This record gives sequence, structure tokens and C-alpha cells, in this order.
Amino acid sequence: MKKETSHTYNFIWGFGIELILLLVGAALSVAYGSKQIPLSQIVAYITGNEVDPFLAAVIAARIPRTVFGLLAGASLGISGALMQSITSNPIADPSILGVNTGASLFVVIGIAYLGISSGMGLIGLAFVGAMLTAVFVYGIASVGYGGANSLKLALAGAAVSTALGALVNTIMLPDSHVMKEFRFWQVGSIGGGTWEDVRLLLPFFAVGLVFSLCCASSLNALSLGDEMAVALGVRVGLIRLVAAFAGVLLCASVTALAGPIGFVGLMMPHLIRQLFTCDLRILLPMAALGGSALLTLSDVAGRVLGRPGELEVGIITAILGAPVFVWIVWKSKVKNI
Amino acid sequence: MNQLAQENLKRILARQNHRATVCVALLLVVAILLGCGMLMLGNTNYSLAEVFAYLLGKEGGSGAYTIGSLRLPKLLVGGLAGFAFGVSGYTFQSLLRNPLASPDIIGVTAGSSAAAVFCILILGISGPLASGFAVVAGLAVTGLILLLSGGGKAFGSRMILIGIGFQAMLNALISWMLLKGSEYDVGTALRWLRGSLNSVQMSDVPVTLIVTVIMSGLLFYCNRYLRMMQLGDEYATALGVPIQATRICCLVAALILSATATAATGPIASVAFLSGPIAGRIAPGSRKTMVLSGLVGVILVYAAELVSKNVFSTGYPVGVITGLLGAPYLLLLLLNLNKKGEKLG
Repeated sequence: MKKETSHTYNFIWGFGIELILLLVGAALSVAYGSKQIPLSQIVAYITGNEVDPFLAAVIAARIPRTVFGLLAGASLGISGALMQSITSNPIADPSILGVNTGASLFVVIGIAYLGISSGMGLIGLAFVGAMLTAVFVYGIASVGYGGANSLKLALAGAAVSTALGALVNTIMLPDSHVMKEFRFWQVGSIGGGTWEDVRLLLPFFAVGLVFSLCCASSLNALSLGDEMAVALGVRVGLIRLVAAFAGVLLCASVTALAGPIGFVGLMMPHLIRQLFTCDLRILLPMAALGGSALLTLSDVAGRVLGRPGELEVGIITAILGAPVFVWIVWKSKVKNI
Repeated sequence: MNQLAQENLKRILARQNHRATVCVALLLVVAILLGCGMLMLGNTNYSLAEVFAYLLGKEGGSGAYTIGSLRLPKLLVGGLAGFAFGVSGYTFQSLLRNPLASPDIIGVTAGSSAAAVFCILILGISGPLASGFAVVAGLAVTGLILLLSGGGKAFGSRMILIGIGFQAMLNALISWMLLKGSEYDVGTALRWLRGSLNSVQMSDVPVTLIVTVIMSGLLFYCNRYLRMMQLGDEYATALGVPIQATRICCLVAALILSATATAATGPIASVAFLSGPIAGRIAPGSRKTMVLSGLVGVILVYAAELVSKNVFSTGYPVGVITGLLGAPYLLLLLLNLNKKGEKLG
């Protein structure tokens, strides 16, 4: 009994830290840029007080980007946690599995050849692309003896990612203007986030979140192994399907609007599993909060490191996340690979 | 009976050897033809006679410039880089006994590439010094990957996974430096991420040539040991192969090759990865497979350059074309490896 209480305190601590990080990230994201804004002005703006009109315009432009970053980070965090859970594989992540690149490819095809430019159309395309890629990668990896283990999944994902990335390049290259404008289809960026993007992303995020939270306890049972889960009354196939749908939906909608942002979904769930809990009912919301904090902070870091311009947030998350990936592989003993 | 078996074996080996020699000659011819094509075709087409006249300096004018200063460096540097990538890829693959372990898959080339970008864009150094730096960085990255993969059973698989991670990080670093570097534009970006011949110059030729000749020579010398080591470490030791020395020597030489080529052209995607297996298919188990994979590398680069300059109006860099070739092969290889149920390690 006592242990349970200490666990609860632990979780409260965890949520508290993440919330603080998230707020710091959001505040920095609004305050920092080519024009610095003092915190007092931001508070004044939000509470509806009088603000210098120029500063007000800057703040008004940065807030949607920040909100979009928070939503995108949360989506990616949950998506990564779901994929790791479904595949019972420590290195599953939308970018490692090539799902982001698949979504990206479909979006680029839609823009270049089909003349689609509405946000909804792009999200639809990205979803189809992501789903097809996910199935394809999993299919390749599960051929042969031993099913889809880490190595086979990662290799298949990397290979598919390379292949589709080459296609994205080929489609974009003919027009260097297009390339500059759409560079974020190669490396994700939340720099162009607007209120419209937020409005587009929000329903998908909500659906994904609800679906994943509904699956959470069944997914917990699934982590004990398929037989055990069946014995506990879980409909394994259905749960896998729903969770995969939610995971792909979340990462595809982000990719459709911001391009492929890697490693957020890999880092956050791992960190939380190390520090707090493996219970998905707690882990999923924590991964969402942590993903938000991570993405906004990375975005700010991109603006600091890329002065006078800015670095795409996808570059920062890759620089941060790839070592984590290496560390996971290094740490995992023979049994996992 | 034993005598007979020996005779048969000898005959088979001789036939294999003969076949490999014929293949070398054939590939050489193909490479030369493609090379002539590279000199002749482009925005303006020239006949073979014109090309020679310009090359020998008999005629001046714009043709001399096009051929002497634009197409000839591409031919020379592209050929050398292709050869270097081919030979180093083959060496890596046979040394680590894994078709996936080519320098461009496990992140070694990305390390060299990142170092070269750092030198050229940030420090403003180019030429031999940049190549040297690229070599050192390639060695460091390889060392780190090998160190982190540790020993034990899952060594191979862990190495490839760690390599993939390194590659992701290094490519992100390259993007960062490209953005910070003053010369940022799409052309340079693609050169350093995928490889391109568009900005090679005559001044790149000497260093690339010298290094390629010396290091390939060294690898050709080590080749017989390398082939014995394919039998397994125990057999190789029994046959008197200095295993550790050969391994280090080959690894370093192959690294220097690929790093120098990378410093000149950027990491031309998939050439190192494709050349070895193609050469192995053409003439399996011969000691000439190493030369063959070098030649295959040259042919791949030349063919991709010809296709990119003449088929598409936009002039894709070679790396994009070879990347398109390499990706399906990678998938096919994975499928086959998975089907066989072979342990990837």
C-alpha cells in the first residue's frame, strides 16, 4: 500500500516537471526569435492588457506556431509509444520505421502531380502513405524465421525510408524554388504553423488520443505476451489494429502539416519508462506532455543555433535523438536483438 | 581418385579465373565507352574526332573549355571515386562478412562527409587537408561504431543498427552546417547529402588519383588474405594469415579510399553498396572480384551521370540516380536475407 502511494507521488512529480518544461518551452518559443520579447509583455498580451502594437503583432504570429508545436509534439510522443507497444520493440518510432517518409512522399506527389493543396486533402494523402508504408515495412520485416524483430524492423524501415526519400528528392528537384519552399518535406519544421494548421490538427489529435487511451490497459496486457493477453480477455488483433490506426493517424497528420520530424516518438517513451513507469495508462499522457515540451524546446534551440535564420526542428530532434537510439541499441543485450 | 579430384578442381578454378579475366576486360570496355559518351554528350554534342582534337589542344574555343574544363574533370574524378567506392565497399562487405555492411549503409561515409563539409564550409579549407580530415573523421566514426557494437554474438546486427543511428545524426549535422555555411544552396546541399560530380575540378584529380592508386594497390595485395579469411578465422589462422594485421590494414585502407572519394564528390549514394554484390554475381569467388567491383563502381557512376545529364532535362546529381538504383536492391536483399532465415549478424 505504501509503495503505491510513493508511486503516485512519483507520477505527480513527473507530470509536474513535464508541465514546467512545457510552460518554459512555450514561453521561450513565444519570447525568443529575431525579435526578443520580454515576458511581461507576453503575459500582458495574454491577459488582454495594453501591449505595444508591433510586439503584439510578433506575439500574435508566434503563438500559433507554439501551439502547433505543442500539439505536434504530443501527437508524435503518443504515436511513438503506441508503435513501441504494438511491435513490442524498443526502437519503433515513426521515423525509424519509415512511416514519416512514406507520408511525406504521398504529400509531395499530391502537391506536385495531383494539384492538391488543401490541408484536409494533404492529411488524407499522408495518412494513406503512412499506413501503406507501415504495412509494407512490417510485411518485409516479418518475412522469414523469427518474425519482426528489432533488427529486421529497423533495417526494413531504414531501407524503405532511403528508397522513398530518394523518390521525394527526385520529385522535388526539378524546381529549385519548389525545393526551397518544400524543404520541410525532407526535414520537418513547425516554422510555418498557423491557426489553420492547429484547427486541422486538433480533431485528429483528439481522435488519436481518445483511441490510444481506450487501448491503454489492453496494451498493458499485450506486453505480457499474446497468449497471456488472450487469457486475460483481450481481443489481441482488434487492439493491435486500433492502436496502429491511432498511432499512424497521429504521426501522419503531423507529417502532412510539418514534414517528417524524427525521434521524438523514440525518445520520450524511453525516458519515461526509465524514470517513471511502463504502465501505458500513465505513460501515454506523460509521453504526450513530454513530446510537447521536447518539440517546443527543440524548436527554440533551432532558432538559437541557426541564427540569423533558423534550423528546422527535425534537424535538432535528429541530433538529440540519434544518440538516444544508439544508446538503446548499445544497452540492449543480445536477447532483444 | 584423389588425383582426379584435384585435376577437376584445378580445371574448375582455371575456368573461373578465365571467366573473371574476360569479365574484367568486358567491364573495362564498357567503362571506356561510357567515358567517351560522357565526353561527347551533354548540352552540346561533339563527335569523337572533335573530342580528341580538343583534348590534344589542336582546337580552341568554347568546345575546348566544355570538354577540357567541365567534362574531363568529371570523367577523371568520377571514375576514380567510383573505383574507390567500389573497392572499399567490397572490402568492407567481405571483411565484416555481411552484404549490408558497406560504408554508406553503416554511417562511415556520412562521417567523412560531415567532416568534409565542416572543413570546406565552416573552416574554409579544401583540397588534401580536407581529405585528410575526412579520413580521420571516418576512422573515428568507424572506431566508435565498432566500439559501441562490442563483441559477442549480436555484433553484426548491433553494428548495423548503431550505424543507422550515426547516419541519422551525421546527416542532421550536415544539414545544420549547410544552413550555417554562407554558400548554402540546393546544389551544394545535394552534393553533400547524396553526391554529385557537378562541382569537381581538375585540382581534385592529383590527390584522388594518388590515394586511390596507393590504397587500391595495398588492398589488392591484401586481397588473398582477405579471401582466406572468408573461410573463417580458424581456417585463416591455420593457413598462416596474420588476421589482426590484415583486418586493420584493410579497414584503414578501405576507409581512406572512401573518405578521399567522399571529399571529392560527396557520398555518391549506393555505389559502394551495389558494386560488391554485382561483381560477385558476375564472377563469383574469384580473386579478381575486387577489381571487378571497382570497375562496376566506375560504370555505375558514369552511367548515372550520363542518364542524369541526357535523359532528364533538370540534370539530377549522380547520387540521386544511384540512390534510386540502390534502394530497391536494399529491399530485395532484406527480403532474401529474411526468407533464408539467415541470422543477419
